[in-house]
Amino acid sequence: MLPNAGRLKELAISETGLIFDPSTGSIFTANATGVAILMAIKEGKDIATIKGCLMEEFEVNENTAELDIQDFLNQLSTTGFVKSS
Amino acid sequence: MNVAVTGLNAVDTPGPGVPVVRCLKESPNFKGNIIGLAYDALEPGILDNNLLSSAYLLPYPGMGQQSLLERIRFVHEREQLDAIIPTLDAELLNFIQIQPALLALSIRLILPTEESLLRRAKTNLPKFAKEFGFKTPKTSLVTDPNNLNLTEKDLPVFVKGIFYDAYLAYSIDDVTRYVQKISAKWGYPVLLQEYIEGDEFNAATVGHEGRAVGIVCMKKLVLTDKGKGWACVTIKNDKLIDMTRKIVTCLKWNGPMEVEVILSKKDHQFYIIELNPRFPAWIYLAKAAGINLPFISLMLEEIPHLNCYQTGVVFSNYTTNLITDLTRIQTLFTTGEIHYEKAI
Repeated sequence: MLPNAGRLKELAISETGLIFDPSTGSIFTANATGVAILMAIKEGKDIATIKGCLMEEFEVNENTAELDIQDFLNQLSTTGFVKSS
Repeated sequence: MNVAVTGLNAVDTPGPGVPVVRCLKESPNFKGNIIGLAYDALEPGILDNNLLSSAYLLPYPGMGQQSLLERIRFVHEREQLDAIIPTLDAELLNFIQIQPALLALSIRLILPTEESLLRRAKTNLPKFAKEFGFKTPKTSLVTDPNNLNLTEKDLPVFVKGIFYDAYLAYSIDDVTRYVQKISAKWGYPVLLQEYIEGDEFNAATVGHEGRAVGIVCMKKLVLTDKGKGWACVTIKNDKLIDMTRKIVTCLKWNGPMEVEVILSKKDHQFYIIELNPRFPAWIYLAKAAGINLPFISLMLEEIPHLNCYQTGVVFSNYTTNLITDLTRIQTLFTTGEIHYEKAI
């Protein structure tokens, strides 16, 4: 289950990886993997689909894709962008 | 339409006048002249002939309402004013008191009542907040620097003037020094306000008979050494928008207002720092994001309530140089007025 998927969908994401939360004004940057994960969440994809997208786009195995997703979501929580539900 | 605007002191801590003028001039629906009203011949905004069609010096607020009224009558005879937008805290009470006389001259001002103005004053903010369930930092009044009623555990603390100036003090000695500094400039009381750690957010609005006509929120990105926002970004925070709407309603507010809050790191609640009875100096950001509040304030009966604006729009002050002629300053000093090219 994604942490606060609704909140994540509100984030503005630029192609260069700049992420802006329009309700708090918080700004941070993400690498290409992070941007891909966030874009997929915004499109309403579930974790399994996102994992598949990462495996295809970045040519990584299932375990790496899963770790990337978990790591990125943890980072989002620690930066205060989203709180785990 | 001929509109007079005050607060053209575009200095290191800029007044709201120049941004208000820019908002009006850049509205495609504004046709008319903008007249600058200043308290000093060296206020940079009145030296800019691209900004104004003319400018006049006003008597200082301490001279009282009658002096102000006489001067406005003089300006009105020459400029046929339709509206005045005062933008400085210290002049508002005088303008409120002469508002009926100005209305008789067909000069419109959108201002709060004297009662509303006083209820949101820094000295009355804790009482107002308590009455309507808002949070605000603990505040005490100082009338004697030798009687601060403060202990080390209360530090750091903000030392604030009744209208302007704020310093963050980390020691009792600092507090005493800042109290003396502020009182020498603005008089007593001086306020001691609890320091709340957190991010600063502001909202700008225009109240019309107690309803917020449009609200734009921003977060400060870069602060000056005086704690003023140097760069900021538009945001849309539902809690802050609801809070601003409620404040306007509770005060039955009429006119521009800036709501300054801090989102406490400790309890994640908004604390009202100040309720400023005027447009903020960052008001050009609101216009850039899609809500031209200064123009709306002139057209309240005709414009529907607006809430749609763009988030992520960044505003940054930057300083530049204005080249002018010494004769302009001389003219202002000797005649108290200066005339540039009229728009229509």
